[in-house]
Amino acid sequence: MAKDFLTLKNIHKYFSGVHALDDLSISIKEGEIHCLAGENGSGKSTLIKVISGIYSPDGGEIWIDGKQRHPLTPMEAIDLGVQVIYQDFSLFGNLTVAENLAINTNLRQRKKLVNWKQVRQTAKEAMDRLQIDIDLDAEVATLPVAQKQLIAIARALMFNAKLIIMDEPTTALTGKEVQVLFDIVRQIQAKGIAVLFVSHKMREMQEISHRITVIRNGAKVAEGPISDFDEKKLTFHMTGQEIETEHYHFKADPADTPRLELKNWSTGLLKDVNLSVHKKEVVGITGLLGSGRTDLALSLFGMSESTGGTVSIDGEVVDLSTIQNAIDNGVAYVPEDRLTEGLFLTQSINRNIQAATYDRFKKGMILDTAGAKAAAEEMIDVLSVATPNGENPVNTLSGGNQQRVVIAKWLLTNAKILIMNGPTVGVDVGSKSEIHAKARSLAQEEDMAVVMISDDILELVQNCNRIIVMHRGEVVKEIPSEAADENEINALLKELV
Amino acid sequence: MKLYQRSEFIIGAVLLTAMVVIGTINPAFWNLENIFNLLRSNIVIGIMAMGVLVVMISGGIDVSFPAFAVTGMYVTVKLMNAVGLQGVFLPILCSITIGALLGLINAFFVSKFKMIPLIVTLGTGGMVRGFLLGVIGTSMININKMPKELIEFSKLQIFAGVNPDGTKFGLTALILVYVLVAVGVHWLLKYTMLGRSIYALGGDESSAERAGFNLTKIKYFIYCFAGALAGLAGILHSSMIWLANPRDMMGLEMDVIAAVVLGGASIFGGKGSVLGTVLGVFMLIMVKNSLIIMHVETTWQRVVVGLIVILATALTAYRDRKQNI
Repeated sequence: MAKDFLTLKNIHKYFSGVHALDDLSISIKEGEIHCLAGENGSGKSTLIKVISGIYSPDGGEIWIDGKQRHPLTPMEAIDLGVQVIYQDFSLFGNLTVAENLAINTNLRQRKKLVNWKQVRQTAKEAMDRLQIDIDLDAEVATLPVAQKQLIAIARALMFNAKLIIMDEPTTALTGKEVQVLFDIVRQIQAKGIAVLFVSHKMREMQEISHRITVIRNGAKVAEGPISDFDEKKLTFHMTGQEIETEHYHFKADPADTPRLELKNWSTGLLKDVNLSVHKKEVVGITGLLGSGRTDLALSLFGMSESTGGTVSIDGEVVDLSTIQNAIDNGVAYVPEDRLTEGLFLTQSINRNIQAATYDRFKKGMILDTAGAKAAAEEMIDVLSVATPNGENPVNTLSGGNQQRVVIAKWLLTNAKILIMNGPTVGVDVGSKSEIHAKARSLAQEEDMAVVMISDDILELVQNCNRIIVMHRGEVVKEIPSEAADENEINALLKELV
Repeated sequence: MKLYQRSEFIIGAVLLTAMVVIGTINPAFWNLENIFNLLRSNIVIGIMAMGVLVVMISGGIDVSFPAFAVTGMYVTVKLMNAVGLQGVFLPILCSITIGALLGLINAFFVSKFKMIPLIVTLGTGGMVRGFLLGVIGTSMININKMPKELIEFSKLQIFAGVNPDGTKFGLTALILVYVLVAVGVHWLLKYTMLGRSIYALGGDESSAERAGFNLTKIKYFIYCFAGALAGLAGILHSSMIWLANPRDMMGLEMDVIAAVVLGGASIFGGKGSVLGTVLGVFMLIMVKNSLIIMHVETTWQRVVVGLIVILATALTAYRDRKQNI
């Protein structure tokens, strides 16, 4: 039995009254792959920062390598072999691969001068250790995400690492790249290095980890070998509630005029896409990165130029070449990266909800503030956004609630077509099911045509009455919900390369 | 990266083409005397550009340096006359120190209050120039009162020649100061951890912080260094024109920033090199010089420089965006 490398005993951490970590204990054995599971806001990031010495806990003990460490400074944590790979990798896009790999080493050796020969040497060794081969002279900004991640891992391994913490490492990876990452994680583990894998994707946790610790609201709610958990049990522990999902079945009458109809729709990426979506339908679109699924959404929202074909809404051919046209024609788009594309983070919730409809709230030249406020507050109510006050800035909300604000904005525009790109990326399991329910009710009760674009096949299988698979800009398969099976679709996607 | 893809190569190629074109239109361009004059005009702008380059690589911008340069120069010359500051070396050191101290103000606001460098330097630039004119003086110090040492200093030549008509010309030795500064900054940026930390800071500030760089220290260095180089450029400038004018160098920041951007430095930080900047400075001076030879009015010269800033920035921004996709 391996001994513990890291043990936290009864850790407490408060932030201005909030009990962020509540009597939390966790132990990680030498050379094991340990999973830390929890919803957004459950205290995962705080815990990482305690382990890496950035936050000092308000109570409890930290034991690393058999000794109590108090206080633990970030430098000391690194010296003891604790390395964190953040979601953004902390790389320098403007520098070469070689320099990115060597710069931390040089810094830690308190070098004053740079010996470029040695930089390359250091970098080469770091890559050899992982058996990877990336051009040392390439600028990091030009590399794909998966390679950036490999560089970040290679860099972390340079400091005689004993524990590598990976914060949501699979978020930006495609299915294939996740497998490569897992191989590398296992390779690291084979060297006796422990890995703490932070995630909220259950499938991945089950595939990669040996043991798991689940936390909720800053407290540990479950732990044990991964074989003790199944998906249902994990969801229950993470959310504290049983979540039941029913599939969405709906059959449109082919005689009806479709809400949205594409004929030979083409863009730089899309080739002659023919597609119709009726009202009350929720149509899922999936495909690999670069399959054209996002381009399809963007082209319908005036953000990607069309090179041919027509779009009709309720039987009328419309021009969607600008965002304004798209909005006027009743198209709403919930972007994948809502933080940068869908929200004004520092502005109030109310203002964000009103953002697309200010034209409606005017009396002559003057804004009807009372009317606008009433409308926004009604939306907060309708979508049950959890906030005491609509005047609070959006960045005070959790990911799920932020997503609701984006949807609320579009509801106000009386949109007929709702396009959701990655509707629940970065949203926790609890809010996820509520967003799904909302999307379905918008279709069913508000007669919207909903298009849901996602990597998460399960999400599509559960919520869409049809699923469309795209590849290289074309529709390659259409699957009705009765016949949709998550594993089959995943297998199909793996074949498409 | 391949040689022909490097921005220095592209600038060099454009520069060479421009020289050939200008030389064809006006064969006098290739006269040694004209080339020497061009090089001489590179010194002041070039030294300032080195400071701006360092600031720009770090992701900042500096528009206060002409005010710092004039202040360093004018105060120093006044001191030379008033208290008999002797020689050349001490006055140069004095001007550099004044520039560096003024740079300290920029550094303080940029690092302590995390203010946008453009606003900080816009403010300090205006304040310092106002202070100079309001407290130190407004009168020009012309050749009669100009310290003799400075005038003699500018007459040093490293190469002398005689025109066919018997007039003499030469290359000022002050060019060596520029060369020294350029080589020094190149070494700093390329071969010291401090230099690499400036690139890291410009590339990604939060990553730089996590990596363990002391960002406060780095920012203090950057803005003081830019100030110091401005002070140096200021005193060399007055030495070369035999005049200390407190209203000098108004609007010069645009020329210098144009040269740096032309040299391939990114306005978003993280990119830029000494070689590129040297080429950019030469290109800018050459264009302005040709405009003068073609008798284009000074007002229109401003238009051309403004255009260069916009075009060069657009090009580098396009380059950076293409790379980041």
